[in-house]
Amino acid sequence: MLDRKKWIFAGIALLPVLTIYSLVRLYPIGETLRLSLFRWNILSKNKPFVGLDNFIELTGDPLFREALFNTTIIAFGVLIVTIPTALLLAALIYHRTQSRLAGFYETAIFLPHVVSLVPAAMAWKWIFDARLGPLNAVLTWFGVSPKAWLFDPVLSLVCIIVLCSWQALGYAVLIYLVGFKNLPQSVYEAARIDGASGPQSFWYLSVPLLKPITLFVSVVTLVSGFNVYAQAFILASDSQGAPGRQVRVLVLDMLENSFRNYRVGYAASEAVVLLVIVLVLTLIQFTMLREKGRA
Amino acid sequence: MSAVPTAVDDEIIGDPRRRRKVMLTNALIDAVLIAFSLAMLLPLVLLVGNAFKTPQEILQWPPTVIPQHPTLDNFTAVLNETPLLTWILNSFEFACLSTASIMATSAIAGYILGKFPSKVLNVVFAIILSTAIIPFEVYMIPLYFQVKALGALNSLGGLLVGYLVMSFGIFLIRQNVIHSIPDELLEAARIDGAGEFWVFFYVVLPLLRGPLAALGVLAFFQAWTAFTWPLIVATTKTTYTIEVGLALFQTGFTVDVGRLSAASAIVLIPSVTLFVFLRRQFVQGVASTGLKD
Repeated sequence: MLDRKKWIFAGIALLPVLTIYSLVRLYPIGETLRLSLFRWNILSKNKPFVGLDNFIELTGDPLFREALFNTTIIAFGVLIVTIPTALLLAALIYHRTQSRLAGFYETAIFLPHVVSLVPAAMAWKWIFDARLGPLNAVLTWFGVSPKAWLFDPVLSLVCIIVLCSWQALGYAVLIYLVGFKNLPQSVYEAARIDGASGPQSFWYLSVPLLKPITLFVSVVTLVSGFNVYAQAFILASDSQGAPGRQVRVLVLDMLENSFRNYRVGYAASEAVVLLVIVLVLTLIQFTMLREKGRA
Repeated sequence: MSAVPTAVDDEIIGDPRRRRKVMLTNALIDAVLIAFSLAMLLPLVLLVGNAFKTPQEILQWPPTVIPQHPTLDNFTAVLNETPLLTWILNSFEFACLSTASIMATSAIAGYILGKFPSKVLNVVFAIILSTAIIPFEVYMIPLYFQVKALGALNSLGGLLVGYLVMSFGIFLIRQNVIHSIPDELLEAARIDGAGEFWVFFYVVLPLLRGPLAALGVLAFFQAWTAFTWPLIVATTKTTYTIEVGLALFQTGFTVDVGRLSAASAIVLIPSVTLFVFLRRQFVQGVASTGLKD
């Protein structure tokens, strides 16, 4: 009797949540997979099944290849900048936990992660500005010739990586700090008694012990790197908003195919590529964690 | 530079030379961290500085950090010429409703999936967990067409569709329910004659206050800083969220750094203030994203 009432409650309470969840998550995910196999122009009535044609076309699409290339460079660029910096910073902040300034460090490094993206990107856009930006001012001061940061195809990628890393760093530091707090103190005691110096115990104890955290943060950073869009939208669009000047990233290419070229099926197949990338990254994370568990 | 807050401080009191060395290292580390923290804040400081500059000073070379003749002209101009306050209000409504929805759905689903053992619910939870890793960008285009079919483009409702639930939120609450709410407590309430709704509202929810607060802050910032979804769903000037309004404002033909910076500074104020006040909840929420295993 008591049990039946319990389950009726569970059903009544859970049903609306699951309905919403199915409608706004499961259904569109399924639709992405389905649409990727169809040629669907919003304008035309018929929607023929084309199998893997969209994917075959993607492999030869120069715009898509450019987008995939740029996005990959950005994602890995952010990873390479963020992870070592974050690990080192977290170690230093953790070492100074008792310091009165610890709260300030955490806030300052974390703030870029929470502030609205667009205003923050505006700040960087001015810093990188070729004519008036402080970056070129500092460079000329050091005798380096000023550069057109946001107009050069290579340099604009660097700018996006800097902006994304600036934002991603706070998150990585925070997760590493949690990791440091959970490390076994006894190991460090033992190391110190054996005469290990601070840098030594950082390199030989903290770095290996924090490997699962590093793996997790790396995957999160890479996944969000592959979804980069707003940063490219702000930094690499000139004042006229000319699309030709934008750094082509996956999400941009997807949105253009869907809303400018009205090729929804084709855009969906790009979304599937993005999904596969994310799944592969997650899979790598899990296998590496399991291997570590076995060793 | 040990990676651990050293208990050494007690042991070395008798050894002034080692003590001085430790203090020197700490001072050095503090110097590095202060420099780095200031560098992280610098872009935001520059932005606020620009907001107070006159048009002449904006064009000055080399650029200045602190405005020489601070003026409020940029702020008044931007507030008069753009519907900035409307955009802020749109974002605020969107973020509040999204937060409410995410907190409610996560609390309900997290509790039931955590405390009602059944094979079916385990499968449901596995599905939710596995979709958690799928980025929003993967399925936003079909979701856009769903919103369009409902006729909800350019409305608060349409915006909300993308931000009603958070897989991670359900996961977070379920973890907390399992670890911090003992079965005995629920059973005791039931034996005393409490109904299931009463148990949920008066026993479970109060115990989940901490994690729900953390989740709420996380959800609010997620919606407040959302960009791609509002960009495609809200496309009329009166329905823009602040992020989209600002982004499109900067691609307008008369871009003036001073005014852009003033608008940006206005937008930054609420999120920075909120963060400073809710730092603990926020840090707790974000930190818990790292404890997925």
